[in-house]
Amino acid sequence: MNAVVFSPSDMALAAGLVLLTALASFALAIGLQRQILWAGGRMVAQLLLISLVLRHLFAPGNGWLAPGLVVIMVLAASHEVWARQRGVLPVRIGMAISGAAIGVSTALVAGFAMAALHGGEGGWQARFLIPVTGIVIGAAMNAASVSLHAFLSGIRRDRAAIEAMLALGRSRFQALFPRIRDAAHAGMIPTLNQMAGAGIITLPGVMSGQLLAGQDPVAAATTQIVLMMLLCVVAALAIGVVLLLGLLQVTDGRARLRLDRLGAPK
Amino acid sequence: MTATLRAQDVTCRQVGPVSLHLRAGECVALRGPSGVGKSTVLRALADLQPHGGQVWLDDIAMQAMPAPQWRRRVRYAAAEPGWWAPCLGDHFRDPAAQAAGLQRLGLPPAILDRLVEDVSSGERQRLALLRAIEDQPQFLLLDEPTSSLDPDTVARVEALLRDLLAGGMGILLVSHDGAQATRLADRIIMMGGQGG
Repeated sequence: MNAVVFSPSDMALAAGLVLLTALASFALAIGLQRQILWAGGRMVAQLLLISLVLRHLFAPGNGWLAPGLVVIMVLAASHEVWARQRGVLPVRIGMAISGAAIGVSTALVAGFAMAALHGGEGGWQARFLIPVTGIVIGAAMNAASVSLHAFLSGIRRDRAAIEAMLALGRSRFQALFPRIRDAAHAGMIPTLNQMAGAGIITLPGVMSGQLLAGQDPVAAATTQIVLMMLLCVVAALAIGVVLLLGLLQVTDGRARLRLDRLGAPK
Repeated sequence: MTATLRAQDVTCRQVGPVSLHLRAGECVALRGPSGVGKSTVLRALADLQPHGGQVWLDDIAMQAMPAPQWRRRVRYAAAEPGWWAPCLGDHFRDPAAQAAGLQRLGLPPAILDRLVEDVSSGERQRLALLRAIEDQPQFLLLDEPTSSLDPDTVARVEALLRDLLAGGMGILLVSHDGAQATRLADRIIMMGGQGG
């Protein structure tokens, strides 16, 4: 089967549709036209740039550069997780928490994929490492940012309830458990939706990509299934780490709620 | 030995230094203008807020005891109590054992089956008091315990507090009601530079 390759004129047509969307936003006074155009432009520039980087990286003898790219991706994702908290966490602490969550979860899951999957053969090649790690980091980033946001805003909202439990002699883990549970639920929803809807409501990205690239549907589905399972695990790990560190940030060793360590949401 | 709660030069942000002692079975009222830091002192004594100075329970320094254990013995009851579960009964370790306390405070037994948002602030205030004394702490730090109550219900609460004092519980009371402080307290400490 031949791979489907879009031509520059295809891209121009698709860009025209985005332009129409922005025009509609302007005409209807929705006010999203600048964001649509800016995000669209960013997406085009970023993807073209990364495609050139990957072409270079996949060239024989250049695979040693791949870990460097992974580190950059982890740092960028950590910054996004911190930025989604809208200034509630100081930048150094926010970057440390989100970096640890994304770094640890990605290292474990991507490391497992590299070492154990694909029969362990060729797993460390850049052509396998970069796409798998990229997908894994994306899932970790979404799960960590959503759950951390839910956790921090829930703590502020339920301060009186949390302090009531602490005053009655509950540990900080007991007092914050309802907030941890809700935040974990919120963080897992996108992944759970993705898994539950796969094949019925949507064709997931990797499978669609492989079909476009001419892959056999069953083989494409198998790849997607394995990746989806990795995404579920990495999301859970990222949530676990980000909430544990978040808990330590908003409480102290004397089991006190320390909202003074948080900034006001912007 | 009679249990004693002692605080030496407790400071917290702009509040203090405050020194006081409270014995078992004794009620001390903490009074002063709004914003002077009375609630802050109560929260510091329950170790719910970072603070300077030293606090001892008998001869045990606060820092030497795990915080949850300290708060099981030195219990803070907030002026605006928090609730973490939808149903009121879920806030008690043993809801079935609350019948006598509910009756004393003029609350129907079925109130524990109701939702938090379905009862009045005065009912919640009384339930928070019952919740605070359920496991018999040695010292009770009460922040405006009757601010939402009518005179008859205030009398019921004060009668319960007198029984707790007679049973050996020590109470540190913050109340804007000067007459209440006079009725209940063995001593009154004024905050805000007014002495006493």
